[in-house]
Amino acid sequence: MSRSGAIRAACVALLLALVLRPHWFAPVFAPFAPAGGPVIYERASILSLSLSHLGLVALASGLATLVAVGLAILVTRPAGAAFLPLSRTITNIGQTFPPVAVLALAVPALGFGAGPTLVALFLYGLLPIFETAIAGLSTLPPATMEAARGIGLTRWQRLIRVELPLALPVILTGIRLSVVIAIGTATVGSTVAARTLGEVIIAGLLTSNTAFVLQGGVIVGLFAVLVYDALSLLETALTRRLGRQPAGADT
Amino acid sequence: MIEIDEITKLYEGTAAVDHVSMTVETGTITVIVGTSGSGKTTLLRMINRLIEPSSGEVRINGESTAALPKHELRRRIGYVIQGDGLFPHYTIAGNIGAVPKLLGWSRDKTRARVDELLDLFSMEPAQFRDRYPAELSGGQQQRVGVARALASRPDLLLMDEPFGALDPIIRARAQADLRHIQRQLGSTIVLVTHDMEEAIHLGDRVAVMDGGKLLQHGTPAEIIAAPATDFVAQMVGGVDRPLRLLSLIPVSDVLEDGAAEGEPIAPDTSLRDALSLCLWRGVEALPVADGDRPLGRVTLATIRARAAELA
Amino acid sequence: MAGLSPPGVLFAVLGLAAIFAPFMTLAANRIVAGEGRALWTLAAPQITGPGIALMLLGLALGLPAARPFLRIAGAALGLAGLVWLLVLGAASLLAEAGDYARVSPAAGFWCLLVVFALMMADALSALSPGPAARAGLLVLVLALIGALLWSGALSDLSIAQEFASRKDAFYSASLRHLGLAFGSLLAAAVIGLPLGVMSHRNAGLRRALLPVLSFLQTIPSLAMFGIMIPVLSWLSGVIPGARAIGIAGIGFAPAFLALTLYSLLPVVANVLAGLRTAPAATLEAARGMGMTWRQRLTRVELPLGLPVVLAGLRIVLVQNIGLAVIAGLIGGGGYGTFVFQGLNQTAGDLILLGALPTVALALISAIAMDILVEVTTPRTEREE
Repeated sequence: MSRSGAIRAACVALLLALVLRPHWFAPVFAPFAPAGGPVIYERASILSLSLSHLGLVALASGLATLVAVGLAILVTRPAGAAFLPLSRTITNIGQTFPPVAVLALAVPALGFGAGPTLVALFLYGLLPIFETAIAGLSTLPPATMEAARGIGLTRWQRLIRVELPLALPVILTGIRLSVVIAIGTATVGSTVAARTLGEVIIAGLLTSNTAFVLQGGVIVGLFAVLVYDALSLLETALTRRLGRQPAGADT
Repeated sequence: MIEIDEITKLYEGTAAVDHVSMTVETGTITVIVGTSGSGKTTLLRMINRLIEPSSGEVRINGESTAALPKHELRRRIGYVIQGDGLFPHYTIAGNIGAVPKLLGWSRDKTRARVDELLDLFSMEPAQFRDRYPAELSGGQQQRVGVARALASRPDLLLMDEPFGALDPIIRARAQADLRHIQRQLGSTIVLVTHDMEEAIHLGDRVAVMDGGKLLQHGTPAEIIAAPATDFVAQMVGGVDRPLRLLSLIPVSDVLEDGAAEGEPIAPDTSLRDALSLCLWRGVEALPVADGDRPLGRVTLATIRARAAELA
Repeated sequence: MAGLSPPGVLFAVLGLAAIFAPFMTLAANRIVAGEGRALWTLAAPQITGPGIALMLLGLALGLPAARPFLRIAGAALGLAGLVWLLVLGAASLLAEAGDYARVSPAAGFWCLLVVFALMMADALSALSPGPAARAGLLVLVLALIGALLWSGALSDLSIAQEFASRKDAFYSASLRHLGLAFGSLLAAAVIGLPLGVMSHRNAGLRRALLPVLSFLQTIPSLAMFGIMIPVLSWLSGVIPGARAIGIAGIGFAPAFLALTLYSLLPVVANVLAGLRTAPAATLEAARGMGMTWRQRLTRVELPLGLPVVLAGLRIVLVQNIGLAVIAGLIGGGGYGTFVFQGLNQTAGDLILLGALPTVALALISAIAMDILVEVTTPRTEREE
C-alpha cells in the first residue's frame, strides 16, 4: 500500500472510532475540558448526529446535482441557448453570496430547523455544479460530437451516451466543491436548530468547553477531507480513462 | 450507385454548394478535391444529411435520402472524419461496435464483426479490443475510426480529410491500407481532401470543386491530361503535370522486348518511378521482371515519348 | 414570439407572479410574526397605482430582444417603482397601525428586486461595458443607494429601526468585519506571495505545500474557527506578553488566524498559475538578453501573471467577507454578531441587519476586484 493509501486508511479508522466509540478519546480531550466539566459530548449520540449531518448534505447535494445538471443540459441545447448568458450572470453573482448569509437569510423566510438548512445547502450547492456542468457540456471535443452525429445517434442518445459521460469528470469537480461547502455550511446549520455535528462545536463554544469544540471540529474536518479525497479519486480515475491525462502519471 | 442531383446549399443567400450533380458508381472511390471554402465538405455532409440541402436531392440505389429519418440514414452510411472522432469513454470494441449496437445486432454477432475488422486492419483483437482510444497511436486511432465506419457493412463510406492529422509516412501507409481494403470489400467511398496528390493516388474518379461549383469530374488521367479550367490546371500543378500523369501508368503498359543492365523493377512500378530510377542510375533502360521471371525492359525514350504524347 | 427576448419573457412572467405575492409584512411588535400584505392593500390606489404601473412598464420594456438599452431603462423604471412602493407603502401601513408596529419587505418585494436586478445585470452583460464604465456604474449605484439611506426615506422599515437602536454597535461591527476580511487578506498576501514565488522555483516545496494548503481549505469553517481556540489559548499561555497584544483563545485572534489559513491556498495557487502564464518563448528571450532570475521575475513573470494573482486575491476577499460572519460565534465580532443574535432571538430584522451588509460587501468587493483584474490584463488577451 502506498503512503497516501496508509494515511487514508488511518484517517478512516480514526473517524470511525471518533463516531462509534467517542469515549475512547476521553483521555485525549480531557486536558481541554473545564475543571469538572464533561469531556465527551453526550446530549446526543455522535453517530446519529453524523448520520443526520451527512443525510442533510447528501439530500441537498443530490437534489442540487439533479437540478443543476438538468438546467445545464437545457441551456446548452439550441432551444435554451438564449438563457446561457443570463445563467452565467446568475452563477457569477450567486457565488459571491456567502453560504452563511444564504443560510441566515433562509431563516426569516422558512423558520428554524432542517428546512432552511436544506434549502440553503441546495441553493448554494447548485452554483458550482451548474457552472462546471455548463463548462463540461460546452467544451466537448468537436470531432467526437461530429462523429456521434455522423454515425446516426439521435439527440437523446448523444446526450446520454456521449455528452454526459464525457462531461462527467468536469461535473464531478463541481459536485465535489459543492459537497465540501455543504458539509461546512451544514455545521453552521445547527445554529438554526438543524441536527448536525455543528451542535457539538456550538455547545462547546456556548459553555466554553474546548473539548467539545475539538471533538466536533475534528470529526467534521475528517468527514470533509475524506469525502473530498474520495470524490477526487473518482474524478482522477474517470479522467484518466478518458485519456485527458497520460495513464500512469503522478502515482 | 449514389446519384447527387442538382444539390444546392445556400447560406444567407450565398451558395456554398451550387447545383452540383454527379454519380458515384458502386465499388469505386470518388475523391472530391478543392481548397478550403470550395464547398467540398458541405457537399459531403449533405450526403448523410449532417447538413440539409437547400434544394436538390441525393439518391442511394435509387432511393432518396430524404425518405429516411436522419439518424437511420446515417446508420447506413459509414462516416470517418479528420482526427478520427473516436469516443474516448468507449473501448476500441465499443467504438467499432457502436453502430451495430444501434442497429440492434446481437452481442455475439457484434463481437465477431469487431474482431474481423481488427484483423483486417492488422490489429491483434485480443490485444486491442479492451483498450481505450487514448492508449493508441495516431495511426491506430485512425484505423479504428475507419473500422468503426465499416462495421455495419454500410452501402457507402464518407470520409472527410481522413488522413489530415497523420504525419506523411503514416499517411502513405494509411492510404495504401484503404486502397487495399476497398478492393477487398468492394466498398463505395466518397472522400474529401485538399491534397491533389492524395486525390490522384486514391481516386477512381476525381471531382474538383471551387466556389461551390463542380468544375470537373473524371478519372485522374482525364483531370491531369485535360484540365477543364485554369483552376483545375493550377490544382494539378502546371509543370508537374507530365510527372503526375506518368505516376498513373505502370511500366507493364509500355513494356518492350530486350534486356537491360541493373536490378530489375516490378511491372506495376509507375513510369514516374521508372524515370526517376533511370536518371538516378544514369542509364537509358531498366529491366522489368515479375519476381524471377524477366518480362522485358522499359526505356527512357519510351517514357519520354509517352509523356510528350499526353501533354 | 419573434423579436421577444426569452429571458425578458421569463422576467415578465416571474415579475407578474411576484406582484401577487405579499409585498410587505406588518407586525404588531418586534417579536410576533406579522401578516403579509399584498401590493394593492398597502395604501390608497393613487399611491400604489403609479408604482405598479412603473413596474409593469419596466417588465414590458424588458421584452424586446436585442435592445439592451431599452431593457436597462426598463429595469431602472422597475426599481424606481419598487422603491416608491416600499417607501410610501411603509409610511401608509404604519399610519394605520399601533405604536410598536413594524413593517418589513416580504417575499414579493425581494422577488421583484431580484427580477429587476437580474434584468439589469443581463442587459448590462449584453453590452459588455469596459472597466471604466463598470467602475462608474458601481459608483453611481452606490451613490443612489447611499442617498436613499441618507434621506431617511427608508427609516420606517423595521430593519432601519433595528439599525437606529444599535448604531454604535453596527459601526464597530463594520470596522471589525472589514478588519477581519482585509486584514487576513493582507496577511495571506504577505505570507502567500513569497511562498508562491518560492514554490514556483522549487518543485519539492510545491509538492509538499499544496496538499497541506488544500487540506486546510477543506476543513469546515466552524470546525476551523473552533480548533483555533485551543491553539491560541495555548499560545497566549506559553508566549509571555501574547495576551497583552490581543492573542487569546476567543475573539479577534482565532478568527483572524483561521481566515488567514483559509486564504493561503487561493493566494499560493494563483501566484503559481500566474507565474506560469509567461510564454516559454518570452522567458527564453528574457534569459537570452541576460536577465537574472530576479529580473525575469520582477520584469516579466510577475507583470504578466498579475491578473491571475489578483484573481486569487479576489477569491480570498469574497470568501473571507463571508467566512468572517462565523467570527460572530466565537466572540470575534463583525456582522456575524447580529446574525447569530438575531437567530437566537428569532428576530428576522436583526438577522438581515447582519446578513445584508455582508452580502453587499461581498458583491461590491467582487465587482471592484473584477474591474482591477481586467485593468491589469494585457489588452491583446482581453479581446479574445
